Amino acid sequence: MNIESFLIMRHELMLTLAAVLMLIAELSFGKSEKSRIIPLAIFIFGAVTAVGFLPAPTGSLFGGMYQTSALIILMKNILNLGVFIVCLQSASWLKLPVNQDKGSEYFLLMISTLIGMNFMISAGDFLMFYLGLELATIPLTALAAYETYKMKSAESGIKLILSASLSSGITLFGISMIYGTTGSIYFNEVAPLITGDNLQVLGFLFFFTGLAFKISIVPFHLWTADVYEGAPVNITSYLSVVSKAAALFILIILMFTVFNALEVVATKVVYVTAILTMTVGNLFAIRQQNLKRFLAFSSIAQAGFIFLGVIGGPGLGITSVIYFILIYVFSNLGAFGVIAVISGKTGKENIPDYNGLYLTNPKLSLVMMLSLFSLAGIPPVAGFFGKFFLFAAAAQQGYYILVLIAVANAVISLYYYLLVVKAMFINKSEQPIEPIHSDGFARVGMVLCVLGMVVIGFASIIFDYIETLSRQL
Amino acid sequence: MSIPFTHFLVLSTLLFFIGIYGFLTRKNLITMLMSAELILNAVNINFVVFNKYLYPDQLHGHFFTLFIIGIAAAEAAVAIAIIINLYRNFSTMDVEEIDQLKH
Repeated sequence: MNIESFLIMRHELMLTLAAVLMLIAELSFGKSEKSRIIPLAIFIFGAVTAVGFLPAPTGSLFGGMYQTSALIILMKNILNLGVFIVCLQSASWLKLPVNQDKGSEYFLLMISTLIGMNFMISAGDFLMFYLGLELATIPLTALAAYETYKMKSAESGIKLILSASLSSGITLFGISMIYGTTGSIYFNEVAPLITGDNLQVLGFLFFFTGLAFKISIVPFHLWTADVYEGAPVNITSYLSVVSKAAALFILIILMFTVFNALEVVATKVVYVTAILTMTVGNLFAIRQQNLKRFLAFSSIAQAGFIFLGVIGGPGLGITSVIYFILIYVFSNLGAFGVIAVISGKTGKENIPDYNGLYLTNPKLSLVMMLSLFSLAGIPPVAGFFGKFFLFAAAAQQGYYILVLIAVANAVISLYYYLLVVKAMFINKSEQPIEPIHSDGFARVGMVLCVLGMVVIGFASIIFDYIETLSRQL
Repeated sequence: MSIPFTHFLVLSTLLFFIGIYGFLTRKNLITMLMSAELILNAVNINFVVFNKYLYPDQLHGHFFTLFIIGIAAAEAAVAIAIIINLYRNFSTMDVEEIDQLKH
């Protein structure tokens, strides 16, 4: 093995380098210079994201423990983009006096979780998958409990780590059964030995349950709303977008490679959970008043829609899932960006507080409106195309009843998304939120989100690109 | 005479479900954490037993177990740090009283 072959894991190496740079910055910057870490970190992370898009060699390393392909690199780039936008949005929050000294810790933890997610997606065996999963989860819980002076933050942290350790225990129990029946933990050795006997099916179900916790699939979603509400806004957006996207990526990779032989069982499980997730997520979203809880349930519902693509099989199914996640990253981060700005300046997070927002903050309300339209799937923005392809993928396999239920759910979701739009544009308010000047980083983040939502829908080249890559899986 | 293979599997399955039961019924955060550790120990027994009895010529299961033990310690460290912080804020470790986020 020569030095060049390490370039195969370039994403992870770049991120590790960024993490080390953060540590050095923490040590070398004096007490009064701490605020300079924030622009430095954003610059470094922007460079990492940009370098990630350069063409990279593919292949496997460490005796097959680590593998990467063009599709996996694309997934990592999507995650990088998401984290970059989150970093942009968190700049003003990190400048608050209470968080001033902890800027480098924040970026260090965030980069660590991202390294974990990259290793998880690139895993070539179950051990690497597990290590990546834990590296993604443990720093994330520390981030959720980041605001140590707030009770809610600590509560959300403990809820996250307890449910995460339970879910990884369940996943591991499934993996141990698969190891017992096949005698290997390497994906390429396990795959041909999966024959569909009972212990393997049970192992798959345990494994799926553990991942379902991470994606917050009903009935394993109960931690979601509480953790999302209690965590700082930027961490909530990270949890609902990046962490969820990573878990979905590894789920589709494993379902169509290792567990391909268990298709019959997997299809049934996905079918039932998709219906449950969409319906429960939507119905609970209607009665929420806190915007973070509202978006938590909306993101549960979105995961249900994504399962329509998972059931759509390889080819169009995988393509539509990745395409939808790419759009979802921009739409959800757009919405969270607005919430972060408003919550950071005024502390208001409830829907009635947004009454009359358009009169005082027209730009913010436009970004919020576009994001919500994209989440709901209204044509001019990209969310519509994303949902369209998901439904098409499921319909292609003949699941018409499932598509019908999904369409009904899309209508329900339209209702509650428009409630927020109505509050911003139509409702009058005695004390509207005063005009807010967001800082430059947050603006760049929002412009990126809006560009993403508009461009991805119309640039068919992106969809075609994802499709050609998905066929190679 | 060695202990039959199935005895170990029964033990690990029991341990797993005791862990799940404890996790769902206990009110104290530390006990919940202990229940999660029970689950991980059930997994460890599974891996070691499968490795020793079914695939004695390789070491995958043993290595997996070592990694699980290491990561469980890391997880417990972060969890206990958060619990201590929680205790400072709420002066309690009872999950029923930590209910700021319940609507």
